Amino acid sequence: MLRKGATFWSVLVLASSLVIAGCAPKKESTTTTGAPTKIQITGAGSTFVNPIMSRWSSEYEKLAGVQVNYQSIGSGGGIQQFKEGTIDFGATDVTVSEEEEKSFTRSFVQFPVVAGTVAIVYNLPGFTENLKLTPAVLVDIFLGKIKKWNDPRLSLLNPGVNLPNMDIVVVHRSDGSGTTYILTDYLSTVSEEWKQKVGRGKSVSWPVGVGGKGNEGVTGQVKQLPGAVGYVELNYARQNNLTFAAIQNTAGTFVLPSQETGAEATRVAVERLKTDIRSSVVNMPGGNSYPITGFVYVLVDKQPKDAAKGAEVKKFFEWVLKEGQKMAGELDYVPLADEAVQMSLAKLAEVP
Amino acid sequence: MNEPATEAATAPERRARRGAATFWSDRLFRVTAVVCASVLGFLVLFFGYELWQSSTLSIRTFGWRFWISQEWDPVRERYGALPFIWGTLVTSIAALLLAVPLSLGTAIFIAEVAPRWLRQPVSFVVELLAAIPSVVYGLWGVFVMVPWLREHVQVPIARRFGQIPLFEGPAFGVSMMSAILILAVMIIPYITAVSREVILAVPQSQREASYGLGATRWETIRRVVLRYARVGILGGIILGYGRAVGETMAVTMVIGNRPDITMSLLQPGYTMASVIANEFTEATSPLYLSALTELGLLLFIITLLINALARFLVWRVTRGEVRH
Repeated sequence: MLRKGATFWSVLVLASSLVIAGCAPKKESTTTTGAPTKIQITGAGSTFVNPIMSRWSSEYEKLAGVQVNYQSIGSGGGIQQFKEGTIDFGATDVTVSEEEEKSFTRSFVQFPVVAGTVAIVYNLPGFTENLKLTPAVLVDIFLGKIKKWNDPRLSLLNPGVNLPNMDIVVVHRSDGSGTTYILTDYLSTVSEEWKQKVGRGKSVSWPVGVGGKGNEGVTGQVKQLPGAVGYVELNYARQNNLTFAAIQNTAGTFVLPSQETGAEATRVAVERLKTDIRSSVVNMPGGNSYPITGFVYVLVDKQPKDAAKGAEVKKFFEWVLKEGQKMAGELDYVPLADEAVQMSLAKLAEVP
Repeated sequence: MNEPATEAATAPERRARRGAATFWSDRLFRVTAVVCASVLGFLVLFFGYELWQSSTLSIRTFGWRFWISQEWDPVRERYGALPFIWGTLVTSIAALLLAVPLSLGTAIFIAEVAPRWLRQPVSFVVELLAAIPSVVYGLWGVFVMVPWLREHVQVPIARRFGQIPLFEGPAFGVSMMSAILILAVMIIPYITAVSREVILAVPQSQREASYGLGATRWETIRRVVLRYARVGILGGIILGYGRAVGETMAVTMVIGNRPDITMSLLQPGYTMASVIANEFTEATSPLYLSALTELGLLLFIITLLINALARFLVWRVTRGEVRH
């Protein structure tokens, strides 16, 4: 009996030791053998920044031989991972709030690396003009108060345009997203009613409409559903040939989302960010600034555990802020204005 | 019932006949099987415990109101599960109602009606449906099924039967109806495959006896084959239902993701699995995460309840059979 039991247990021990042995060398290979040949830095977070981040990392690897691994798991996940110290940098569409920062055990800096504009897109069959929308009308569309495309308030803003008698269907993001945050932040800024009823957030309780998953989900539904109105990042609107609206800014001008109008907004926003990095950057003044514009922020450790790695992270973002901005425009992001670049570089300088 | 009995009778003989080596390999096999089974059982328990543990904050904050509240507002941190429970139950049950007759028909065709050379190709096609990833179903749903459905089915229905609550317009395309249809397509291969195997396993003697008594083919299939196979078929249906309840990606893409309780098949809805998939990545506050986890716990409990109910049904059915 005893001997047979022993056979069984020895098999079990052998098997488990094999499993353990199988795991151990793997761990070593990433840390020790990987280090001398190629330095790796890892980041995670915002899905919005993913296309430009992969471009940056591939260009930077060619240039400096440093591998940047970025996982687009969502801003919330990025902040969480950064907090737990499993990654070297985090990226988020919304700054880490003061409350959240209290729960951090380490000190860090956050600064913008790139910006983006949110386009209000719609599908009116046989209709390619850019509609003009005021903030008040936009709010009432998303609140479900304006129900038809030929509503007098819309016709009044767009004289000479023959708007159809068609139901407005709001299409919003169903997944939590920075895009939703930028839009709802804007709507809350321009409307007290929106702020009271809905508020700002990555997921909100939408008064009307249907939800599509991801930018591609919203794009797909707006394209297929006559009468639909939604919001996506500008590059999705451009790539899918969706028509988008010109929004009235604080100066009273109707502006279309673009690199230039977005950059103008970031230039004005910098003044606010200098006093408080967390301040809202939507609805910025400036004659030509597009009001629904937002930044992507990066979180970097002030006292990195691995000093050599920390230095590499710093070097990478210095490159991103200087050289990397040129690539942002090619991918329909908004490159940071010079003032914003200077501010971010100053923040980054706090890292040893 | 009689399987363990025969094994008990033959096992000592076998042990006596064969050497000690076989005996020990038998023992080893037995231990391994027990370990495997208990790992699974432990996993389920552990899973339930973990879900419970992570959702305590939400349970403590909302209590039973979580089950019956219709509000889902991440900005004000007020969470209720009822619209999601509703969406999950309605879509999965309706999908089952559509899929079961279709699957049974296909299974009977393959096993009983089709000529031998046609069996393999038809089975292959059905099983191919099971191999398609759900995101592909979702994309097909978004770009092909939903626009078609809206234009050729939903708009005419809404126009003609719009007064009936079941078909209240406007037609968005993405809707409970779209989710039900896509779920039905997705679970058909499971129910068909299991039913076919079970029907093929019905002993030929049963059929011959029935024919011998003068029964027609249809009578034989209905009274003898399906009756004999019903427990197995029910198993297949449970499997399909489990898949329908837990399906996430494809449903999320076509259901419209609106947490409303609606009677209308044309209106958008939301399921528990969908909201977890949608909102988990960007949920940062502890209460928000906890509420999403509690939805997972509810899904877990509902699945357990449905499985238990199905087992109970099986037990009732087989007990009735013994008495007959």
